[in-house]
Amino acid sequence: MNDLPQQLASGLILGAMYGLIAIGYTMVYGIVQLINFAHGEIVMFGAFGGLTAWLLLPQGTALTLALPLMLVMAVGVSVLVGIGAERFAYRPLRNAPRLAPLITAIGLSIMLQQLIWSFYPDAKKARSFPQFSGESVQLLGANVQRGELFLLIAAPICMIALGFFVAKTRTGRAMQATSQDPDTAKLMGINTDRIIVTAFAIGAAFGGVAAIAYGLKYGQIDFKIGFILGLKAFTAAVLGGIGNIYGAMVGGVVLGLAESLATAYIEHIPGMELFGGGAWKNVWAFVLLILVLLVRPQGLLGERVADRA
Amino acid sequence: MPLLEVEDLRVAYGKIEAVKGISFSVEAGQVVTLIGTNGAGKTTTLRTLSGLLKPLAGKITFDGEVINDMGAHKIVAKGLAHSPEGRRIFPRLTIAENLQLGAFLRKDASGIQRDIERAYTLFPILGERRGQAAGTLSGGEQQMLAMGRALMSQPKLLMLDEPSMGLSPIMMQRIMETITELKAQGTTILLVEQNAQAALSLADHGHVMEIGTIALSGTGQELMHDESVRKAYLGED
Repeated sequence: MNDLPQQLASGLILGAMYGLIAIGYTMVYGIVQLINFAHGEIVMFGAFGGLTAWLLLPQGTALTLALPLMLVMAVGVSVLVGIGAERFAYRPLRNAPRLAPLITAIGLSIMLQQLIWSFYPDAKKARSFPQFSGESVQLLGANVQRGELFLLIAAPICMIALGFFVAKTRTGRAMQATSQDPDTAKLMGINTDRIIVTAFAIGAAFGGVAAIAYGLKYGQIDFKIGFILGLKAFTAAVLGGIGNIYGAMVGGVVLGLAESLATAYIEHIPGMELFGGGAWKNVWAFVLLILVLLVRPQGLLGERVADRA
Repeated sequence: MPLLEVEDLRVAYGKIEAVKGISFSVEAGQVVTLIGTNGAGKTTTLRTLSGLLKPLAGKITFDGEVINDMGAHKIVAKGLAHSPEGRRIFPRLTIAENLQLGAFLRKDASGIQRDIERAYTLFPILGERRGQAAGTLSGGEQQMLAMGRALMSQPKLLMLDEPSMGLSPIMMQRIMETITELKAQGTTILLVEQNAQAALSLADHGHVMEIGTIALSGTGQELMHDESVRKAYLGED
């Protein structure tokens, strides 16, 4: 167990990434009770946006200098796709039965994957993402790659900013009101259409940040990365209590830790030799989800929705 | 010109017509009430006036402008506030935050603060519990909050939907006293009530709704003394 700090650090990093993406699911669900299953692809588009920025810069640009521009581009692309999805795919179905937007979301995510596959240069196979060179950094007894440091800095900043925005600003207050009772929010003079767009935009922006983090961490991206990332982040959102922004982060971290610890230690438990290692990590992630939902169906930080009239 | 004029208004849910061509008006400074049984179309009428539902036909003129196709948030901005049926306070926000949301479209911070204090004077219990989540209030207290919140937009016309619903007799009386007080201050009110006795006694004009139409209109006093109204709504035989 002497590599425990390392495993905890890996889990935390992975979890922070899931958490950032989970924000996108939870914000949108909190406002319109819609699971935007295309959110993973919104993240994937952000990753390709970031890569495009890198490719447009002159060769030999230092990654540290390029990073802000890549980040702006990733966030910009994700937000555009997110807002576009709301406007053209979901808004026309606002009053349709719930199954309609769900199927639309699946269709949208296939479409977005195929757009990259078909039109992005050389994207039929994985494309390499720029990497920080240099040694990994020692942090509390764990080795952290330089690329992963980005996530450890960006995730807390994003969360604090979002927490402040929701609790303290006028738009944030309007967002809470819309989530609790959309019709009555309108009666207060809140333009709920704009609030819905804002929720999509914020979620997508967080996805854009996570996309850069993904690229830096794994060193390559392809048109399929949104699928499993989206699925894990959705799991994190449900685990933490969907609709609750802190729940998304907590769910992400719990899920990341569970994956990392299960991968490292399960195979050392007598009798469980066959069920350890990386191949089983997704299984353990979903076992954890099922266990949590058995005990707390509303998720770790979720509230019972009985007070919804 | 009346502050609110409704002409031949028709509203439908899908194919079912809930309001079948009603006309009435509200003059500035008046209290007008719509009474009638469940399903008469009273709530549907209010929800259409505030823009939550779109009319099938007819014309709604408020303060000199036709508001048929205006979004709900724009209608509030014009000065039409709606305290909805079932109170609909924001349960997980505090009382103070609920009141602030009532003033969402106002920019005058000091005026908003002054009006919040005024709401606390009108309903002292709200002031005592200002930092508490609104969902923890009793039904009557929630009704006070809903009315206080609607007043925060400084409306030209205040619409109250069933303010006495589900309240104890004492609380009901308290709410009706408040409406009388608001009337005395010159607030224009469109009141929907099942408690016909209380509503008619303080209304300048009343309209009796029956399955989507206005069956009878008159001053509050006239309706209170109308035999058919007494039989149907005031529990006399």
